Amino acid sequence: MTLLISSPHAHGGDSIRANMLAVILALLPAAGVAVYLFGWLALFLIVLCMLACMATEWGCLKLMKRPTDRIGDGSAALTGLLLALTLPAAVPWWMALIGCVAAIVLAKQVYGGLGHNPFNPALAARVVLLISFPLHMTSWLMPMHAPMLIAIPPLNLYDFSTCWQLFWFGPEALGKGLDAITMASPLGHVKTEWSRGIGAIEALRNYDYSYLDAFLGREAGSLGETSALALLLGGIYLLARHTITWHIPLSFIATVYVLAALFNAVNPEHFAPPLFHVLAGGLVLGAFFMATDPVSSPVTPRGQLIFGIGCGILTWSIRTFGGYPEGVMFSILLMNCAVPLIDHYFRPRVYGK
Amino acid sequence: MLPALFERFGLNQLWPTGGFPGGVHPPEHKITADSPIIELPLPPQLILPLKQHIGEICAPLVEVGQHVLRGQKIAKSQGYVSASVHAPTSGTVVGVQDHAVPHPSGMGRPCLMIEPDGEDRPDESRAPISDYRNEDPALIRERIRMSGIVGLGGAVFPTFIKMLRDQRHPVQTVILNGAECEPYLTCDHRLMLEHAHDVLRGMDVIMHAVNAQNGVVAIEDNKPDAIAVMRGAIEAAGMDNVEVRTLPTRYPQGGEKQLIQTITGKQVPEGRLPLHVGVLCQNVGTAKAIHDAVCLGVPLIKRVVTISGDAVPNPANVCVRIGTPIPFVLAQCGLEDLNDVRLIHGGPMMGERLPRTHVPLVKSTNGILAFHRQSLYSEQAVEEPCIRCGHCVEVCPAGLVPNELAWHCRNDQFDRGQDYNLFDCIECGCCSYVCPSHIPLVHYFRYAKGQVAKIEKERAFAELSKARSEARDNRLAREQAERAARRSKVRKQHAPAADKAAKTAEKKTDEGKTGEGKTEAVKKEGDKA
Amino acid sequence: MNILMAILTLGGMALIAGIVLAVASRAFHVEGDPMVDKIDAVLPQTQCGQCGYPGCVPYATAVASGEADVNLCVPGGERSMLAIADLMGVPPKEVEEEAAVPMLAFVREDECIGCTLCIKACPVDAIIGAPKQYHTVIEDHCTGCTLCVEPCPVDCIDMVEKEQVLEEWTWAAPGKRPSVPQTLHKDEENHAASTV
Repeated sequence: MTLLISSPHAHGGDSIRANMLAVILALLPAAGVAVYLFGWLALFLIVLCMLACMATEWGCLKLMKRPTDRIGDGSAALTGLLLALTLPAAVPWWMALIGCVAAIVLAKQVYGGLGHNPFNPALAARVVLLISFPLHMTSWLMPMHAPMLIAIPPLNLYDFSTCWQLFWFGPEALGKGLDAITMASPLGHVKTEWSRGIGAIEALRNYDYSYLDAFLGREAGSLGETSALALLLGGIYLLARHTITWHIPLSFIATVYVLAALFNAVNPEHFAPPLFHVLAGGLVLGAFFMATDPVSSPVTPRGQLIFGIGCGILTWSIRTFGGYPEGVMFSILLMNCAVPLIDHYFRPRVYGK
Repeated sequence: MLPALFERFGLNQLWPTGGFPGGVHPPEHKITADSPIIELPLPPQLILPLKQHIGEICAPLVEVGQHVLRGQKIAKSQGYVSASVHAPTSGTVVGVQDHAVPHPSGMGRPCLMIEPDGEDRPDESRAPISDYRNEDPALIRERIRMSGIVGLGGAVFPTFIKMLRDQRHPVQTVILNGAECEPYLTCDHRLMLEHAHDVLRGMDVIMHAVNAQNGVVAIEDNKPDAIAVMRGAIEAAGMDNVEVRTLPTRYPQGGEKQLIQTITGKQVPEGRLPLHVGVLCQNVGTAKAIHDAVCLGVPLIKRVVTISGDAVPNPANVCVRIGTPIPFVLAQCGLEDLNDVRLIHGGPMMGERLPRTHVPLVKSTNGILAFHRQSLYSEQAVEEPCIRCGHCVEVCPAGLVPNELAWHCRNDQFDRGQDYNLFDCIECGCCSYVCPSHIPLVHYFRYAKGQVAKIEKERAFAELSKARSEARDNRLAREQAERAARRSKVRKQHAPAADKAAKTAEKKTDEGKTGEGKTEAVKKEGDKA
Repeated sequence: MNILMAILTLGGMALIAGIVLAVASRAFHVEGDPMVDKIDAVLPQTQCGQCGYPGCVPYATAVASGEADVNLCVPGGERSMLAIADLMGVPPKEVEEEAAVPMLAFVREDECIGCTLCIKACPVDAIIGAPKQYHTVIEDHCTGCTLCVEPCPVDCIDMVEKEQVLEEWTWAAPGKRPSVPQTLHKDEENHAASTV
């Protein structure tokens, strides 16, 4: 006897696995830029995080006596990749490992696994790390190929064995302090200069900031957030594939741009220009890959617009008035909290009502 | 090209391209689009369910052993919302019994069994109304009612009721639904190609009956040949108040409410009928049936059905007598062995899987799809957790939030489900179609709708039982009070010696009463009463 | 002085609030115990007495006063239990006896001696008949409580399954099997076997 079966008897062929793999694929350009900028270190981090997340997920499923083949849906691998791309290249391996365990256990499985987590696991893990290890999480390794700096003698970041040493034993093993191989990100620099009473334009000038470098990714920052170009390529792929919709990325970035433009118009010396805000930090990465995480974002189109606008306002506010130089992560997590409310109040119009 | 690109990037929410919100575009699989309609031979036995429509079941008019003619009415409607049944051919009634009908439950209904005599002699008692333009619309409606015509698009609602004139809401536009948005199905498409003239005349009958000023023939743009043929036929017939409207191919374009929105730009308000926005929608098959009933005097005894699916060797569009057993029809298309074959009654998006194969073809059958067991998605699907991707929200033509709704339905929170507009779901299946987690959303909604109805019924029954129980308690208490009153009266009249005996007797009866389960509360209530 | 003021202010406010509440409780007084009514509303009103109380209202009263458990209603099953537990604010309890398929009482009329004992036993007056006449159960009113079976001196009352009709069929939750009744014809079984 067969089961009671309801229509429809056809299906469009979409699956969780296909979606997750698509996002991983879309992140490959950004991962490529990470490897180009940070060499072997980036590769080590990415591989470590992906493997660690998958292993943790497998362990959790085993522990909870759930089918372990769910590991094949690719969500854990994606979380690992996303987490790695939000980390500075110089974090120690064990810190990344803690992040992976936090992402899968604290931010995902305790809520009931895939589909039930209120927060984006990778972002939640990054917050855990930022609060626990603020120094490491804000020390940005000097990128290779960046115009404003040259190799740090006697370290050669192209070299496999140097990277290997640095990755497992830290800069101390090479006889260097962390600050010797790291530098400030543009956002961090602006924030520091502000605290010294220097306006944003002046700060950017003395940082030697260039929009083109920021667009292409030749600047200091987390592994995957630097190149807006690579992220846009991936984002457009996801849009075309219909894995994500335009609502969140567009409203998020546009809100930041509009807010920054308004304040910049009022006081151009003090407030950073809008394009700087859009290209700086993790905005593009966050808008296309983090805020659009289906599980922790609203399901209705109108809700998604509200969500994106909220993220934008919070991001710009934290960057401008907050204690942290970067606000994308916090703003997305804060808006994640509001998702049930948004979903409740911004439902589509029911036919005929 | 541009709409497709819009759709690709989800921009159709900014500029709706399909006329109605949401919808999907499944692969069309219209493999029978070029197969002309074939008339099938008579089967050895016809099975005619006494209920093939929405509404009251019919009462048989014939007895076992009686000989009937083709088109003779053999079961009459018992209520207002009902449609009578006619003999599809001449023959002998061999039984009135429960027989399985095309229904997902696999359950049976009373059916009339007819053994054809092969002569196919017609009942000529109903004369054609050839000059219908000068006929009283009420008479035409009555003819349609007597001919057992129901909506042949699948809804099977009695057609004459939809055609009632309402002075407050005059019908301006008659929409002829030739969208046929379900994959595989081509019966309406072929009907328009081969019987364009009859279909148009049927439409003209409807327009005359409801006094409509203009008509629209709505056809999806994946049927350019039908569009051309219908345009030509309209021109040839000189019907200058009728136009053919080309619609974007988008499921569920053929849904009545969706179609109305595409054509008129208006939504039918909640709880209202298409009539209230001045529109009457009829399927092309229904229009053809109306033409046959009015202009030829032939009641609804056969219809065009698409036989398709990957298990059918020779897919075809066939014209079949209603009541023909489905295995017989499939055998005519080369499918004899029904082992490991799954039958779908209707299209793949909204059709029902038949748990039993030996069922008759009925008025609502617009297609029979036979699939190999392994190619039927709904049987293979394994439900995974919802990842809240929101695709179901995007495609829902009713504007619901299917993922939230399913969540409440799964957890039996039916009142929450109704907050999320459970009963506005049209069960089109778009949400399940796009769900990456393969959640059977429509199934959850059907389950919840059934449960809500069931709970409502149980509640009504409980209320009735309570009222009856209270009435009984009151009656018992009253009877007891009367008895006690009578006793005390008797006691007063007789000697005090007898009083003692009576008292003990009363005690005994009291004990007996409590033993029966009557409590103090009931007594008190009785006193009050 | 300040302290005195504070005490007086707060005390005065408390007094006013108290008076308002007292007046309100008089003005908006609700007759009866609403909890009994609420519990009674979620009971199936079978009046079967399987809970040990002589009807649904007595059971509701007993639950509301805390003397009866929330899981005693057999015909109501899990749904009633959950609703009562929710109303009473207590944790749900396992329903011990699973409610079976809906049943109806049926009198085998040729054996009935017309003693009217079953008529007296029926809590909803669903059996009609007179002394020395056959008795009949009104199907639409029978709650299936079985209270009439015991008193019958000749054991002519059966409990039969309520006939399932297509109109009352509803979709089971996903993953359940379809209910195909066994009342169809022999020749069909072969065909049915091919799909099931």
